[in-house]
Amino acid sequence: MSKEFKGRPVVAGKIDKCEAVVSHNGVNTLATFQKTALLHDIPLIGKDYVIGSDQNNPDVYGKNLTGKVLCLPQTIGSTTGGMVIYTVAALKLAPAAMLFSQPIDSLAAAGVILADVWTDNSIVAVDSLGEDFLNAVKDGDKITVKEDGTVIVD
Amino acid sequence: MNENFTYKMKLTDDEVAILHGSKGETMAKIMKTLVLYGDAFGAEKFVSVAGNKGHLVTSFGISVLKPVFDITQELIDAGLKVDETFTVDPRPIDYTNVKCNPLQKLIFNKILYGMQDSYEAQLKKLGIKSEKSFTCACYLDEVGNTPKKGDILSWAESSAVVYANSVIGARCNRNSGIIELFGSILGKVPAFDLVTDEGRKAKWIIEVKTTKIPEAQVLGSAIGMKVMEDVPFVKGLDKWIGTELNDATKAYLKDFGAATASNGAVGLYHIENLTPEAVEMGEDLIVENAKTYVIDDAELERVYKNYPVVWKDKNATPKLCFIGCPHLSFEQLGEWAERIDEECKKQGQKTVQIRTVVTSAPEVLERFKKENKAAYNKFLLRGVNLSYICPLMYMNNPLCGGDTSNVITCSNKLRTYTTARYFTTDDITKIIVKGGI
Repeated sequence: MSKEFKGRPVVAGKIDKCEAVVSHNGVNTLATFQKTALLHDIPLIGKDYVIGSDQNNPDVYGKNLTGKVLCLPQTIGSTTGGMVIYTVAALKLAPAAMLFSQPIDSLAAAGVILADVWTDNSIVAVDSLGEDFLNAVKDGDKITVKEDGTVIVD
Repeated sequence: MNENFTYKMKLTDDEVAILHGSKGETMAKIMKTLVLYGDAFGAEKFVSVAGNKGHLVTSFGISVLKPVFDITQELIDAGLKVDETFTVDPRPIDYTNVKCNPLQKLIFNKILYGMQDSYEAQLKKLGIKSEKSFTCACYLDEVGNTPKKGDILSWAESSAVVYANSVIGARCNRNSGIIELFGSILGKVPAFDLVTDEGRKAKWIIEVKTTKIPEAQVLGSAIGMKVMEDVPFVKGLDKWIGTELNDATKAYLKDFGAATASNGAVGLYHIENLTPEAVEMGEDLIVENAKTYVIDDAELERVYKNYPVVWKDKNATPKLCFIGCPHLSFEQLGEWAERIDEECKKQGQKTVQIRTVVTSAPEVLERFKKENKAAYNKFLLRGVNLSYICPLMYMNNPLCGGDTSNVITCSNKLRTYTTARYFTTDDITKIIVKGGI
């Protein structure tokens, strides 16, 4: 049975039944993306997708995040965070969408806005979806996002 | 340009003109980015950054950040720069003092930081203060990028932002890389959150009830993980570190703040009877119905013991130790020299048994070598290397920071972002001299 939630679109866009990866703790952007992103250009080692590399966050550690809908409370950690999100977007390694249960934080906002203004690869971002959203959504759920910030979890 | 762009911020006529391209297409994109950024947080207007310098978090010419360097090149091509100059985070490589084998150098030079020289050339064109201006602790007196209380800043680097807000009383949001550069070029930032009076109020009361002075890095870690991005008001710490903002307390708060910012997302903290706004306003800084977190010896021990160890062999002998993330102050350098020297005497060792690198800002290291030769000679005697490097960026090399590199540190920031294993000041001093855990 599908559940519907309403948030605020920070970067509006549409997502059609895309797979969710859920973090119940704040996602440390640098720690999560750095390993795959940094190794991206290394022959034989580099990958064309991001594997979460934050040892402190088992919800994302070891999981493929590229093209997924990353559901999270907020991002945390280093202020390189927005730049990292922008970079993975420019390299086409980013999640398709980031859905925040809480109001978006300054680093994540910077990242999705930079991706929107300075690349052709926007990351759809909706915030303030509420704790119920994060309690309801599970890894692998199919997520639909509408431009007005409506999120449907199947 | 941006004619159909809708926004909520109230812009001046000049700002609207910039948005519509009066200063060129690139400046219009900068303005659009900052307006969207302000709108996301309900900012009503822009405020001018004070007549002080910027600080950028991006110090490394890492090849994968080519999209970032594309933006900086676009700024340079458009003739844009930071009028008041700026400082930058530490360099990622220092082959003189942190030696690398040929394979490690190959990864650094050809793959990881292959754009270092070209990026530093970009920084010169954008207005960097000097070739020495590479440190995360830009606010130290020797570096000369110390704001005043109430100054509005456009900085990134989480440890510098939390220090400037909390210890100095400047006003700066936890800006991301690139955004901070945009704000410095525009000379304005959107007014929201930590730039406003309301945003600087504490939603958490932290009650420190330990029986001895808490390890700064563990206390900061515990608070960061609990309060995340909220502002904490810390009670009971002045009992241990005093009520005067002297060199010792500033150094303690530097390390404490870096841990709150990296283990959580703290951009500002207040220490009762010590930090400027807490002294001025006291408990008026605390919002109604603030949550409380009590920290005692057991809680700190629980936090310390629960840090994951991601080494392939958890019982391996450490190969390298980094001390100084964030960069050490002049006084801390002296303290570490004494601490290591004393431990060597105590254990009957001539030198440290684990390769140890102590890091600080270039200008601080220069002063230390000139003004505290006795302590500097103790480092040399005990086989300790001094460097201006960023340990975190060094460990990005899989051959230097992989799960068999077995790096230890007393920095909770370095632990968070790398495979480095954390030990307290006392524990790590014993380990590097003994040669094992």
